[in-house]
Amino acid sequence: MNDSTQKPGAVEERISVEVRNLDLFYDGTVQALDKINMDIPDRQVTAFIGPSGCGKSTLLRCFNRMNDLIDNCVIEGKILIEGKNIQKKKIDVAELRRQVGMVFQKPNPFPKTIYENVAYGLRIQGINKRRVLDETVEWALKGAALWEEVKDRLEEPAFGLSGGQQQRLVIARAIAVQPRVILLDEPCSALDPISTLKIEELINELKKDYTIIIVTHNMQQAARVSDKTAFMYLGKLIEHGDTNQIFTNPKEKRTEDYITGRYG
Amino acid sequence: MTSFKKQVKAENLDSFEYWVKSGAPWVWINAAAVSASILLVVGLLMLIAVRGLGHFWPAEIEEFTYFEDNGQPHVISGQLREIERVRASRLVESGVDVPEGMEYVSRILLKTGNRDVYGEDFRWILEHRIENRETPPELAYLEREEWGAFIGRVEGLKKDGERIAADDPWPVFLEMLEQTDALREQIRDLERGEIGSVNYRMERLRLAERKLELKDVTDPEAYAEIERDRQALDDEYEALEARLIELNREIRRGSVLMRTSDDIEVELPLSTIIGAWRPDDMNLAQQLGHYLHKAWSFIVDDPREANTEGGIFPAIYGTVLMVLLMTVVVTPFGVVAGVYLKEYAKQGVLTRTIRIAVNNLAGVPSIVYGVFGLGFFVYTLGGSIDRLFFEAALPSPTFGTGGLFWASLTLALLTLPVVIVSTEEGLARIPRAIREGSLALGATKWETLWRTIIPMASPGIMTGLILAVARAAGEVAPLMLVGVVKLAPSLPLDGNYPFLHPERKFMHLGFHIYDVGFQSPNVEAARPLVYATALLLVVVILLLNMVAIHVRNGLREKYKGLET
Repeated sequence: MNDSTQKPGAVEERISVEVRNLDLFYDGTVQALDKINMDIPDRQVTAFIGPSGCGKSTLLRCFNRMNDLIDNCVIEGKILIEGKNIQKKKIDVAELRRQVGMVFQKPNPFPKTIYENVAYGLRIQGINKRRVLDETVEWALKGAALWEEVKDRLEEPAFGLSGGQQQRLVIARAIAVQPRVILLDEPCSALDPISTLKIEELINELKKDYTIIIVTHNMQQAARVSDKTAFMYLGKLIEHGDTNQIFTNPKEKRTEDYITGRYG
Repeated sequence: MTSFKKQVKAENLDSFEYWVKSGAPWVWINAAAVSASILLVVGLLMLIAVRGLGHFWPAEIEEFTYFEDNGQPHVISGQLREIERVRASRLVESGVDVPEGMEYVSRILLKTGNRDVYGEDFRWILEHRIENRETPPELAYLEREEWGAFIGRVEGLKKDGERIAADDPWPVFLEMLEQTDALREQIRDLERGEIGSVNYRMERLRLAERKLELKDVTDPEAYAEIERDRQALDDEYEALEARLIELNREIRRGSVLMRTSDDIEVELPLSTIIGAWRPDDMNLAQQLGHYLHKAWSFIVDDPREANTEGGIFPAIYGTVLMVLLMTVVVTPFGVVAGVYLKEYAKQGVLTRTIRIAVNNLAGVPSIVYGVFGLGFFVYTLGGSIDRLFFEAALPSPTFGTGGLFWASLTLALLTLPVVIVSTEEGLARIPRAIREGSLALGATKWETLWRTIIPMASPGIMTGLILAVARAAGEVAPLMLVGVVKLAPSLPLDGNYPFLHPERKFMHLGFHIYDVGFQSPNVEAARPLVYATALLLVVVILLLNMVAIHVRNGLREKYKGLET
């Protein structure tokens, strides 16, 4: 099982997210995504790269229906997560978001204690038993490599943590509800290099258990952490393949231009 | 060439143009505007404070010979209230004799007291006709339950019509006064407490009986039970009444013989005297003690003599209770409406219209709210409630007349826009990231609002409530229509079940100011009270606001770090 994740491109690769003919329009006219087709493998890290405004964050936010919050946003096509079409009108969006966790660009802890931040998702699900909460909070914080730093101050406000710690707290918050997929939207862009390194190490750990999709501006980061890379440009998926291949031997001219720094 | 000229000009740092360009004049204008505002506010507060607080000081009593208009000397005494300079010609025109050669005459407003003897308790006198000004220490100032103050000398004391022999009657007088005071306290406790409670229960019994009649209950047992209860209450009442009669006889036994400065002797029953002091015989510490005592009793006592004497406790009580009740009503309504408008309603023409309407509501004159409250709350709602639930009490209305509840509701309506707007603004300040963070964890919109967004917006909501409280506590006009009265017989919150009586009429500091200042039979006596009451109203609003601000700062502290 683990063999498949360690060797990207192995034959028994399982698909977690399927995107079929996805179009997305803002205000009915502006097309932000254009005929996207891609398969995202289970328990691997897939990185979305591309210049600003190319639609990589928009695509990411389709996976947990965050685009529902935007008025006049029309989506056509299909997204299947674990074989289920999430574009259907009648699905439990809250349940979907429990399955597909998300971490944002800037750390956004709630104005609560560290403990309550991690327990938030569980309380939403109606889990209020102290013992279950304690166990899960500890497990999630350990999973996010934060436990050692905060175990003595769980009841202190989360705003007291540093930016990098806050981002790991938010990751802990996301894994506490045990999702299948974790979406990371430029998780390191507001962090210093050391914190960035820690998050990257964490991503390497997390991919054993979760499918991870990360949007990044930083090509070195994409090369370091991801197994697959997708290059997007002006709302189109230009190239999608093994990270090694994309960075060393891109098939498309535009991909090559971008990763060699000719534009973007 | 021109640009070079400009440059030279700009470098001339002392020029007027450079000064204007630097923005300095605007800074000065802003500073001047701020100082003017502060000066006005501080000046207003100082005026109120000085005039209002001065009232409680035991002012000295002067005694002097005064030459009346007919030239006859006349010994009078009193407290100097005011001195003003008037043109002599003006007095001559109104038929007053003024000596030749005087251009200005100084005129004194003297509080003589003794309204029962002189027919008035304030009079204007001319300073130049005064001779032999003295402040004799034995002159006493008596505060009475009626007829205002009495100023004069204590001549002697009587008990059961017999003169009590005493070399110096003053200490004996004070001692007897203390006993009378204790008796008066007992009588009041009896009347207010036990007899009041019996009356209240009696009224409820009557209503219960009437209810049975209206329901056509014929079971004699039910009526018999009420009759038994009534008998028990009657017995209780009779016992209390006997005690009351006994106390009343006791309190009427003593009296004091007083002599005014112009040698008129008056016998005053001790039961009518509330306090007595000799201001000219006091040292500074005594004066200060007296001052604090008087100021305190102004806060905790009931008003007397058409509100021109005594304290204003019921008005403070009514104001605070009304504001609290209003807050309890306006908070849920305003917050729910604000949350709906901001979070759930589809932003479009309709919500914009609603928002404009809400903002315009804030500009509607408050008397209009009063009329609406009277028409809708009192007559329509209150009338229906009476017909449905208080049929037994009809035709006398229970909720169908102005009262605390309707006044609170009217003011809640008046302050609703402020709370809605501040709720919306509070919600708008919450960063998107927090909402998305919560939604991304699988929370529904409602869970996100309830668990995270509304708590975080609570400091903003509190700011709205602070403004609402300040507005509501100072409002008078609408209240006059929906439940505020000059004198309320009982407090709206007391020891009788169910303790809070929202249907009762109540007193209010703002209305009290209007009533004492403009509807009072004795303007001169009432004037200092107007200032004192105004000061107290400001203090009450300040206290209410400080509590709210304290709560808000606590919430802010809890949710701080939000902006980073």
